[in-house]
Amino acid sequence: MKWHVLHPLWVTIGVIGLIILGGRLLVPDDFGVHGRNFTYGYHRLGSIQDWKDFPVKYQGRDSCVQCHEENVRLNSASVHSAIECENCHGPAVNHPGGVQSLTVDTSRELCLRCHAQLGYPNSNRGSIPAIEDRRHRRRRDCSTCHDPHSPKE
Amino acid sequence: MTCSRRDFLKDAVSTTAASILPLSAFVLLSTEEAKAAVANSDARYAFLIDTNRCVGCGMCVKACKNENEVPYDAPVTRMWVERYIFTKDGEIHIDSPMGGRDGFTDNEMYGEEIDPDDIVKAFFVPKGCNHCDNPPCVQVCPVGATYQTKEGVVLVDREWCMGCAYCIMACPFGARYFHPVEKVADKCTFCYHRISKGLQPACVQSCAFGARRIANLKDPDDPATIIITTERVAVLKDLYGTKPHAFYLGLDHDVR
Repeated sequence: MKWHVLHPLWVTIGVIGLIILGGRLLVPDDFGVHGRNFTYGYHRLGSIQDWKDFPVKYQGRDSCVQCHEENVRLNSASVHSAIECENCHGPAVNHPGGVQSLTVDTSRELCLRCHAQLGYPNSNRGSIPAIEDRRHRRRRDCSTCHDPHSPKE
Repeated sequence: MTCSRRDFLKDAVSTTAASILPLSAFVLLSTEEAKAAVANSDARYAFLIDTNRCVGCGMCVKACKNENEVPYDAPVTRMWVERYIFTKDGEIHIDSPMGGRDGFTDNEMYGEEIDPDDIVKAFFVPKGCNHCDNPPCVQVCPVGATYQTKEGVVLVDREWCMGCAYCIMACPFGARYFHPVEKVADKCTFCYHRISKGLQPACVQSCAFGARRIANLKDPDDPATIIITTERVAVLKDLYGTKPHAFYLGLDHDVR
């Protein structure tokens, strides 16, 4: 067989060989089929630990009660007891370590998320006492009259 | 060399085809190995979403964005809340402003006010990644950057993803998005960093009404698992055959 006929074949094999060599050098060793099968489990195993190491921001009510007993007690006895502290106060992260004081969002918009009258029949929204934003003490913060930790007082 | 043209072509094609197969593709799991890989997990996580309870406060969206470092003001989100309003003229109005990040505080939709007297039915549907059993997004990844863990959670390897966005196109639920800062595909991770420490996902913890819950389907005593197995639940877009694992209570027939 003349060389000029086989030449494209050698080039093809050479290129494919380079690609496989590049893969051997660049692809991490923990890359492979881990789990169910090739379709759903082909990945770099180290990625799982990367995701487990992602920093946690929201700490939950149990970490707030250690220092803020009074407010947590008031809140737990009120109709707002199911609302997490961090819903309104933002994520604690490592407060008071990183962030000395969490922002206290007293804006009207925060309360209107649940308390704006929308008039939907058969929605759980109807079970929440609500106001018509335009008619009730416009432009003032709700917290000037209502205590968010124990709103019915 | 007395090789005919036909024989030469046959040899050339088979040699080339053989050298294309990457060596790792020759790892074939036996059925025992495959079963063992999945069976040795004591957890299969799923979402239980109760649309009867959701009030559209959007706290879950806000919590998810803060917890998972999703750019707050970008129009991308890992999970969202949709509002459905059915009016007397037979129209269905659907919106999800910034994914419901700021809640729903008025009846304005796309610049028009909907009169409450015209409303026949209205409700909220929280959505996100369904962590399907046959995830099409995992199947289409050309580089192996996305995968499903043994607990059923679908994750993206940020270091390996090359940003082709094929998976974003493949998801029938629209659960994936292109991360504007990291420049890779991103999606709900089931707060893997939280559940692996025994915490709840951020959206579940922040829901004051219990509309979002998680279930470990392999734990028969989990109250949410009991609801999924004994009560009437539905899934989104069942016809796609992806076997989604976000189970809905009170899912309306007209929810997309």
